[in-house]
Amino acid sequence: MIPAWVTPAHETTAVMVAVGAACAVPGVFLVLRKMVLIADAMSHVLLLGIVLAYLLANDATSAWLYVGATASGVLTVALVEMLQRTKRLKEDAAISLVFPALFSIGVILSTLYLRNTHLDADRVLLGSVELAFLDRFTIQGIDCGPRSFVVLSICFLGMLAFAIAFYKELKLSTFDAGLATTLGFAPAILHYALMTSVSLTTVAAFDAVGPVLVLAFFAVPPLAARLLTNRLSRMLIFSVAFAIIGAIGGTQLAFQLDLNIAGTVAGVLGVMFAFVWVLAPERGQIANVWREYQQRRRFRETMLAMHLHRHEGTLSEPEESLAAGLHLHLNWTEAETAATVERAIRHNLIARSGEFLRLTETGRNRVAEMLNTLP
Amino acid sequence: MNLLQSLALDDPTVQTVTAGTALIGAVGGFVGTFAVIRRRSLEGDAVSHAALPGVAIAFCLGSRLPIGLQIGGAIAGWFALMTVNGLSRRSVLPFDAVLGGVLAVFFGIGLATMRAIQQYVPGAANHGLERYLFGQAATMRMDDLHAIAGFGLIAVVTLMLLWKQVKLVSFDPAYATVQGIPTRFIDGVLAALVVGAVVVGLQAVGVVLMSALLVAPAVAARQWTNRLGPLSILAAGIGAIAGMAGTLLSTALSDETRSVSTGPTIVLCVTSIVVASILFSPRSGLLSQVFRRKVLPT
Repeated sequence: MIPAWVTPAHETTAVMVAVGAACAVPGVFLVLRKMVLIADAMSHVLLLGIVLAYLLANDATSAWLYVGATASGVLTVALVEMLQRTKRLKEDAAISLVFPALFSIGVILSTLYLRNTHLDADRVLLGSVELAFLDRFTIQGIDCGPRSFVVLSICFLGMLAFAIAFYKELKLSTFDAGLATTLGFAPAILHYALMTSVSLTTVAAFDAVGPVLVLAFFAVPPLAARLLTNRLSRMLIFSVAFAIIGAIGGTQLAFQLDLNIAGTVAGVLGVMFAFVWVLAPERGQIANVWREYQQRRRFRETMLAMHLHRHEGTLSEPEESLAAGLHLHLNWTEAETAATVERAIRHNLIARSGEFLRLTETGRNRVAEMLNTLP
Repeated sequence: MNLLQSLALDDPTVQTVTAGTALIGAVGGFVGTFAVIRRRSLEGDAVSHAALPGVAIAFCLGSRLPIGLQIGGAIAGWFALMTVNGLSRRSVLPFDAVLGGVLAVFFGIGLATMRAIQQYVPGAANHGLERYLFGQAATMRMDDLHAIAGFGLIAVVTLMLLWKQVKLVSFDPAYATVQGIPTRFIDGVLAALVVGAVVVGLQAVGVVLMSALLVAPAVAARQWTNRLGPLSILAAGIGAIAGMAGTLLSTALSDETRSVSTGPTIVLCVTSIVVASILFSPRSGLLSQVFRRKVLPT
């Protein structure tokens, strides 16, 4: 089933790519619905769910582990929402109260009962994608690859199918929950469907990256994608692509330098985000500075045209439109004025006639445009 | 009576650790009060996770004393907080997602650096970097106690000097700005105190659970009083009791064959106090509400 040239390193990379892709899809909705921190609380509490399910099922590969853990994640969301409804505390306090408590129970139970199993606290908290390739998934004796890769790939495809099938519903309830309710879209059901899938994805990714770093996969690729587009469909595609590139790059870097893989991938995602933050074509910092610079220059040209327009046909026109003393009238420095005049001539807003400046047709239009925007 | 004997109160190590966790609880509760009423409970979470790479990098730069590592953690935590504010203030990105992303990325970098240290620096395992991750109260010594107490003193003096301003900024930031109070400066001071409280508490309870020690005491105290002064003092008291009780409980429950971690036990103690407060407080408790509804039907 698996070609002979596939090494454990390839398989580890594939597992990280699957983690990234599977988390990026629900991550987009978490970011847009401002629910990232609920996902954070949930992923911490999954420790308790997994430990409890393990203690009950006594089998680390049991499917009940997934079911129990997923249920505990959804339960956390319900608990946080219930606490908020008592009006005793705000959402942020509710989150920072519920998850440390349930997480603590999980840590205590796992240090007490699971010390020597593969579910002990260190591994559960930090994940160990390094060992993921040892746990194979086989169907009737045929090797299908690492278990986490298979599970996460199914998760990714399931999430993708969910997002495509309910695209309209998800879009509407994300951006206008009120309208969605009025139209009978049942946002509550969608909300819990989304939460269940987030919980499921987190459980599947848990072995590989642990509860803290999974947050990097949920939040960072969609944030970067958000800077690149305003459309939901493109945001989904960009964030999956971003996550996959980060997963491959991070895993390679970790192999080169012999680092913790999940942590390195999170770091690489952060660095990639920083690049997008600086370089994004419309929302990037460089684009912002450049746009402000352009606007400032354009504004000066418009002001020059306005000045000429104001004195056009008046007695003071010769004095006011004389190129030589213009900076005194505009109250700019001489250099600024000269540069602005040059640019305005180049942009065909004004023209020289001897020592004087006069408006062109384009300049008159610009002035009219400006005056129309004034109240 | 086995339980009481195993408390071993005459053991100087247990005394130090108990006093230390009580102090951490008090400082966390006191400083956390202002984060909770300003609805910034999650800042502590971000700071505590983000402190990890700072600790690891300080170690790389040659620091071996807890104080040096703590300063490293504080710088990284502060930097993370500034990043969160900068990213969310100047863009379309929602605050919570930015906070989550920054927290996880910093934590990931910290984790990778720590693993690298264990691999490349000989003898690093003996310096107990791991304890910043999960917390290990048992390793606290007198020096740590002094550091925590010193920071607590700084926090109390700072807040007493700026009490009026802090109060106004907490409850009505817009009015405070109009009154000419330097709101951003006060914001910065409060954030710095949160960062400080987190890093002095880290080695006892670890990065993941430190945020609970900031938030929970204040939430519990909030059920009993509406006044800021008594609120912060009560929160400090609740934090101290939880720290002490958690340490004693985990010592009592541990023996040669098993060990109950101190950090999580402290968190469970403080959460029990919160639950009890929400249920039983005479003024706003759920039970008293049910009772009032029965006695005085409207």
